[in-house]
Amino acid sequence: MGVVAVVDYGMGNIDSVRRALEVAGATVVVTGDPDDLADADRIVLPGVGAFGVAMANLRRSGLDVALTEQVVGQGAPFLGICLGMQLMATAGSEHGAHEGLGWVEATVDRMVPTPTDPRVPHVGWNEVHPVRDHPVLEGIDADRDFYFVHSFAMRCTDDSDRLATTPYGGGFTSAVARGSAVGVQFHPEKSQGVGQALIRAFLAWDG
Amino acid sequence: MLKTRIIPTLLYKDFGLVKGERFDSLRAVGSALQAVKVYSLRGVDELAFLDVTATLQGREPDYALIDELADDCFMPLTVGGGVRSIDHVRRLLEVGADKVAIGTAVVEVEGLVEEAARRFGSQCIVAVVDTRTDESGTTGCWIRSGTAATDLHPVTMARRLEAAGAGEILLQSVDRDGTMVGYDLATVAAVAEAVAIPVIASGGCGTYGHMVEALEHGASALAAASIFHFTQQTPMEAKHHLAAAGYPVRR
Repeated sequence: MGVVAVVDYGMGNIDSVRRALEVAGATVVVTGDPDDLADADRIVLPGVGAFGVAMANLRRSGLDVALTEQVVGQGAPFLGICLGMQLMATAGSEHGAHEGLGWVEATVDRMVPTPTDPRVPHVGWNEVHPVRDHPVLEGIDADRDFYFVHSFAMRCTDDSDRLATTPYGGGFTSAVARGSAVGVQFHPEKSQGVGQALIRAFLAWDG
Repeated sequence: MLKTRIIPTLLYKDFGLVKGERFDSLRAVGSALQAVKVYSLRGVDELAFLDVTATLQGREPDYALIDELADDCFMPLTVGGGVRSIDHVRRLLEVGADKVAIGTAVVEVEGLVEEAARRFGSQCIVAVVDTRTDESGTTGCWIRSGTAATDLHPVTMARRLEAAGAGEILLQSVDRDGTMVGYDLATVAAVAEAVAIPVIASGGCGTYGHMVEALEHGASALAAASIFHFTQQTPMEAKHHLAAAGYPVRR
């Protein structure tokens, strides 16, 4: 399973993610140093907060370049959580237009209330329906709920990037995957048993 | 489908958990760490931890305590009490709070909710609206653990907080706190109708039937304390009751 680098770029719940990985048996290094990423066997990008601030933080430290080199270039297994998933997109529209890491053809936009789901943010437990098989989702029942707390969601332009959808506001993309990178909009580290199952599946995956 | 959340609320004072009536006459109900472990084992939907005397005593949140609690908390944790600055919000998120509840400071600290939402995202900012109803039947917003009146109506307050960027409203009835006579349904309905962010009903829950009533009046989630501390009723059984009433719950 090796060493997991949890990327610290000043955007929130690093500690919860570190603990959940350690409970699953991982050796975790929390780091904001781009040079550390090359030494890690897999990378987790957590994060809560605003898209633009997050990208600015990644760029300032050179983490954006190092992440793309390790994940897209070297094929290191990667898990983006919540904002960490959203940053995989081409662009985000939270407080102005911002460029993302651009690993998946997608934009991140504010969720639109609907008559049946009138409230945004989308807060609470909801289903994750896989649209295709993937090792990271293996063994997880389709009707189990994960914990969500977000106002923005990803829209993929390339359907082959979508991994799962969640029924809220007409349905949105709640997980994406391309190559060795997986992103989830929900919080596995806060989703109790089913979240632990996903984290263990990620730790067992070679990308 | 999004499930209805039941949120046990832990009220913390000095060194232990307490529960009172009408935000007063608090009595000890146990250690915080033990309670978090028990609720974590039972797989509750979410937990709220409110330091009820921090603001009155002029204290900051107890970051070391939250750090310790979060270690045993593999479920979403909302932390409040004494939050008065961006730095307080940042530090709570760093030690493991998933959401930060801001009460008195939404009135006393100009621009705090706006700035916190801009920096950390609306989704992690829970605005607390404490209400009391006077003898003439007029309901208003109170701050400082229900000891200081404001001239704001709950609907006006909730709309302002939504516009400022709050992600949820924790709507607490001071008068009904600890009484187990049922939620303040009229205020729940008025606030839920006025805003498009989730409204968590709090204060007065004594039976599973009270929870159903609050949902019928527009609440998105149900906070409760006394019902779990002082009766045999449990969050799990509450879910069976809500499911039977036609509301989606997490299994």
